[in-house]
Amino acid sequence: MTDRGSTSDKVITRAWWILIITTIVVGVLGLFLMYVLTGQIEAEDPIVERFTPTDVFVQPDAEWNTSILEPRSPESREIRKLSWLVFAIAVGIFVVVEGLLVYAIIRYRRRKGDPEDTREPVQLYGSNPVEIAWTVIPIIIVLVLCLATIRTIQTVQPTKGERPENALTVEVIGHRWWWEFRYPELNVVTANELFIPVERPIWLEITSADVIHSFWVPELQGKMDAIPAHTNYWKMTAEEEGTYLGQCAEYCGNQHANMLIRVEVLDADGFGAWAQQQALPAVVVDTEEVNLGREVFMKYACQNCHAIAGLCDGTYAPDLTHLMSRVTFAGGMIPNTEANLKAWIDDPQQIKPGCDMPALKLSTKEIEQVVAYLVTLK
Amino acid sequence: MTVLPKPTSASLPATPHGILERVHDWVTTCDHKKLGLLYIFSGLFFFLIGGIEAGIMRWQLAQPANDVVGPVTFNQMFTMHGTTMVFLVGMPVLLGFGNYLIPLMIGTRDMAFPRLNAWGFWMFLFGGLLLYFSFIGSSGLFGTQGAPDVGWFAYAPLTSRTFNRGNNVDYWILGILVSGFGSMATGINLVVTILCLRCKGMTLMRMPIMVWSMLVTGFLVMIALPVLTAAQVMLLFDRFLGSHFFNPQLDGSALLWQHLFWFFGHPEVYILIIPAFGFISEIVPVFSRKVIFGYTMMVIALVWIAFQSMSVWAHHMFAVGLDPSLNAFFAASTFLIAIPTGIKVFNWLGTIWGGRLSFHTPMLYALGFIGMFVIGGLTGIMLATVPFDWDVSDSYFVVGHFHYVLFGGTIFAIFGAVFYWFPKMTGRMLSETLGKWQFWILLIGMNLTFGPMHISGILGMPRRIYTYAPDRGLDIWNLLSSVGYLVQFIAILIFGWNVIHSLLKGRKAGPDPWDAWTLEWATTSPPSDWNFNPLPSVKSRRPLWDAKHPEDPDYEYE
Amino acid sequence: MTQAMTNQTEPHALAPEEHHLSKGKVGMSCLIITESFFFMAFIVAYLYYVVILQVEDGGPNPRELFYADWMVYGASICLFASSATVVFAANALARGQHDKFRSWLFITVVLGGLFIAATAVEWTDMIGNKGIWMNTCTFGTCYFSLVGFHAFHVCFGLTALTLCLVLSFLGKMPTFQAERFEVLSWYWHFVDTIWIFVFTTVYILRVYT
Repeated sequence: MTDRGSTSDKVITRAWWILIITTIVVGVLGLFLMYVLTGQIEAEDPIVERFTPTDVFVQPDAEWNTSILEPRSPESREIRKLSWLVFAIAVGIFVVVEGLLVYAIIRYRRRKGDPEDTREPVQLYGSNPVEIAWTVIPIIIVLVLCLATIRTIQTVQPTKGERPENALTVEVIGHRWWWEFRYPELNVVTANELFIPVERPIWLEITSADVIHSFWVPELQGKMDAIPAHTNYWKMTAEEEGTYLGQCAEYCGNQHANMLIRVEVLDADGFGAWAQQQALPAVVVDTEEVNLGREVFMKYACQNCHAIAGLCDGTYAPDLTHLMSRVTFAGGMIPNTEANLKAWIDDPQQIKPGCDMPALKLSTKEIEQVVAYLVTLK
Repeated sequence: MTVLPKPTSASLPATPHGILERVHDWVTTCDHKKLGLLYIFSGLFFFLIGGIEAGIMRWQLAQPANDVVGPVTFNQMFTMHGTTMVFLVGMPVLLGFGNYLIPLMIGTRDMAFPRLNAWGFWMFLFGGLLLYFSFIGSSGLFGTQGAPDVGWFAYAPLTSRTFNRGNNVDYWILGILVSGFGSMATGINLVVTILCLRCKGMTLMRMPIMVWSMLVTGFLVMIALPVLTAAQVMLLFDRFLGSHFFNPQLDGSALLWQHLFWFFGHPEVYILIIPAFGFISEIVPVFSRKVIFGYTMMVIALVWIAFQSMSVWAHHMFAVGLDPSLNAFFAASTFLIAIPTGIKVFNWLGTIWGGRLSFHTPMLYALGFIGMFVIGGLTGIMLATVPFDWDVSDSYFVVGHFHYVLFGGTIFAIFGAVFYWFPKMTGRMLSETLGKWQFWILLIGMNLTFGPMHISGILGMPRRIYTYAPDRGLDIWNLLSSVGYLVQFIAILIFGWNVIHSLLKGRKAGPDPWDAWTLEWATTSPPSDWNFNPLPSVKSRRPLWDAKHPEDPDYEYE
Repeated sequence: MTQAMTNQTEPHALAPEEHHLSKGKVGMSCLIITESFFFMAFIVAYLYYVVILQVEDGGPNPRELFYADWMVYGASICLFASSATVVFAANALARGQHDKFRSWLFITVVLGGLFIAATAVEWTDMIGNKGIWMNTCTFGTCYFSLVGFHAFHVCFGLTALTLCLVLSFLGKMPTFQAERFEVLSWYWHFVDTIWIFVFTTVYILRVYT
């Protein structure tokens, strides 16, 4: 007769011991993490901060840093705290489950020359207490996760009416494949490069002109989709001056990979000066070559899509009024230099295949003239 | 008394002679075994194609600023890879195993509707071929402009006429629509077969877990697929009749597509994993020499997962700006679904616990499945945390997550099932040595490919980008992923060789090579035309245990 | 364990005697579940756009669009009545009363035909006189797809019922087909039931628009 086992069997007793020990370990770990989450959030130097091994994930020579583990705003800091909590819980469960699996594989493997080999092992149909235990423990963990998640959602996600008093409003409009930033309070329009003041809440009103995009600057905030005919509200507050990078995170067609975002965080004075300069109409330089270039710009299709304040007002393509104040162009894809501008105007499809700007088949002379004009747009 | 027929080869079908007769035999067959094999074989064929598409992507991404393929080709590759793997590999292979095994496991002679079964298969196959016809129809012929390039979930309004002027999206819609009809037919067929054709004595609670999982999958197919069909029909109306469903410029809603698609999409994920749970629940007990632990809880967990899978869809949409309370609801619902999933994993551990494990290839895959699926499940729980999802949704972290679930989970389970049931289907054993090599190489390869993806996601790499700048710290992780792809490819080659070699020269299997307990092992390998003669009758969940241990049958304990 | 089995004579006998669930009925129930989820998507779209959002896209107000109330109500009564007559027909067939079966089935087909005719009148009016089609407004989009798919299902059911009628006249509808006919009548009931939802969504809820 094959042994059918029962809860008093030694196999199940061993399982019990392991479960009890695991529960205690996981419980203590959980309590510790709850303590971290509840007690330490307001602290100057939270525990999670000290134990965050982010250096592992960042190559020191990386010029682009888009790691979600390097938060530079209170919002992304909140998110990271929660991320570490769930990560810790996941690691805990991982260690327990995979540990049990490996243990069972080694302990219960069939051995050569086992005298027991002729008989089937104990046929154990189940055990109610054990099964209740491994249902209830996950429920407790899930409860903790739920509460923590809901709390962080409430802290981070704003609703339409929750615009902070002192916030700076920026309308973020996704286009295929570049970003438009409008500052309605400052009368400024720019593309791909978002200038914001440090330590002032930024109120983002995110929408799209064509398909769905997603605005994502990992160091400053989680991502938020840009949806046509629909506005999403999002806020972030940069803590340090500097440059932050991001890109479109929702597949939007051909050049989805080259729809980059550059956020320049300036001090209050620097930002004020920048905004003042950007609100001015385009600089008018009166030299022969520049005038010829301007004529070329107006003669061909350029003005249908592009806007230059005081000259033309296309809205389909980036505003060029202060083109030369930007470091990059073509959706943040290439550095904004004279040589690149020439190559771009000659044939945009060579550089960014599929983009909406056509090659206008200008002569070399016309290209030189129009670039000579464009570089005056400081 | 349990009654089992004696496996005899007397009733083996007469093999038709001549190539034409054989082809005719396979094309016109309504036999669930042949259709099951056709499903599995076509699925594995598409698996090869989908794998090559993945290889092109990994080649392009192996280095920063690479130019192996352009953006258009790359976008087509990930669209076709995703669509193929979900609709033309996962579903047909799993439903194919269901087709082959369910009538055998419940002790009957065929599916409830054999002709519907054949219809379902051919709809699936020609739907898939229609989708792939878009490749050939490029360069203006029929105006397709190449394969679809909108991603496997084809978000509106990227799929509208405005942003997709050719017919490639139409190929995507129609191919999936047609193969979807086939899947629905097969889903209904499975449910009816299981509910109506069980052999004498096989009550619902005596069915093998695999049968339960197919029953639940059938229901999910019935519920999820029509919603996708409806959404695709709306999209067709939008594209051809100018209706306004998903056109935001004309007061339609871009989000309605996402709600409908993911109402299908999340149950779909469970359609892809629940049959895998079934395979594992058959393999683990046999190679542990133990009865499945907590049968009732396993069944409850399956049904629980199926119901709950219909209330978690918006966790794919945390970044679209839903109301905070909705976000919280869907997060909670998603966390909750982890509980039945956990119950299943623990019950497999409980089955192994105290057993006498022998590590044949099917068992290796089953254990690999448990190990890898746990990782995918845990990153899934992390992703359910809404704020963390704002950080990493649509990044490579997500790609890593679902490949652990669908490759480490579903594909591992499929390989386990192939090694386990190959002897039954062909009468010959697959080579154990090659199988073990394949397992270890695949295990290393998949971790090398999909592990680093979590890190590139955390470093801010969005999914579906065809290129990335060299100075972002992403180089090494992408290179590792690409190397991992090559390692996996070697494993797949070994598998191909193993199958061909074993079909011709493999060791003869006999009716019951694994000393197993479910009904399919009570008939010949391969089973005769009508499976059982006479039909069996059972008194417990393990009829073959009762037969092998007449002095100590199961039904005295259940 | 080696005791011989009872069911040795007929290899084609698929249904073991122990289970009394009919394949046809279970299969039809499954099909009905599947179809219900298909319709659900269109009902959700209609509710979302026309009843909840009530988008102002220059389209007309659904309140004033329909041809005539009496026709819609009449058509609905026809359809609901046909659900009863099809039951009478099925019962008659099961009892072997073929003349009675043919009469009830004929009435069913006529009632279903009246329903389709009413839909046709309404569509002609909507498209021809009022100039509304799928591409004119979100109401048109939702209305034509939802009502259209329902009408399509009615047509499908009507075709099947007519086929049974023709077969019966040809003497090819013996009593042992009663169960199959009953399964078909379930489909007809389903088409009716869906109409309750469509009717509520499209015609009753219009008072809120």
